[in-house]
Amino acid sequence: MQRRLDSSSIVDLHQGRSWHYLMKSPEDIYLSTSLDKKLLVLLRDGRKLLGILRSFDQFGAYERVIVSDLYCDIPLGLYVIRGENVVLIGELELEKEELPPHMTPVSEAEIKKGSEGGEGCYGSQGYNEKKDGISGYD
Amino acid sequence: MLFFSYFKDLVGREVTVELKNDLAIRGTLHSVDQYLNIKLENTRVVDQEKFPHMLSVRNCFIRGSVVRYVQLPSDGVDIDLLHDATRREARGG
Repeated sequence: MQRRLDSSSIVDLHQGRSWHYLMKSPEDIYLSTSLDKKLLVLLRDGRKLLGILRSFDQFGAYERVIVSDLYCDIPLGLYVIRGENVVLIGELELEKEELPPHMTPVSEAEIKKGSEGGEGCYGSQGYNEKKDGISGYD
Repeated sequence: MLFFSYFKDLVGREVTVELKNDLAIRGTLHSVDQYLNIKLENTRVVDQEKFPHMLSVRNCFIRGSVVRYVQLPSDGVDIDLLHDATRREARGG
């Protein structure tokens, strides 16, 4: 006989054991339902990573750099991200447009040019850690 | 654990979560865990223009440590209940 106490543990009353039903961290619980789904991961430093979780898809993970109306996708390959750096994990609907139509894709060189020398100290990847990021002391 | 229980009771309600990076997301509270990580469904970003990368995101997981505010419907707040629970928690904790 088992009684479900809450969303993450089941107590086996016959044997008095309790064990976590799903994996150890709450992010694992979410990720196992996101297998083979395309995800958007926002990192604490302001970066946006997109990719398909745990598949052998040829696209792998890529970073989408956005500077005003321009964007560039920079392929990254396999990324393992430590949980403390994650802000948000979003599921991207496959048929829907990922970005508004007015945004134009440009090359990596272009986006790096667009992100340097502007206001707000953008780094070479086009994200502004001060403006878009979350410091550890927030 | 007080707010964990509180948010569990609010599952199914529409909330707006404001993150420390100023991103605000409105959605239906799907689940919450002991770290106050939040899963939202049917999400829409409040200032869509400022966050174009979130356009097609409809379900998301938000790490508890990056939340600044959780905005609730005012009928989701039972002040007396919260007061009692807080006093109990303060005594016991």
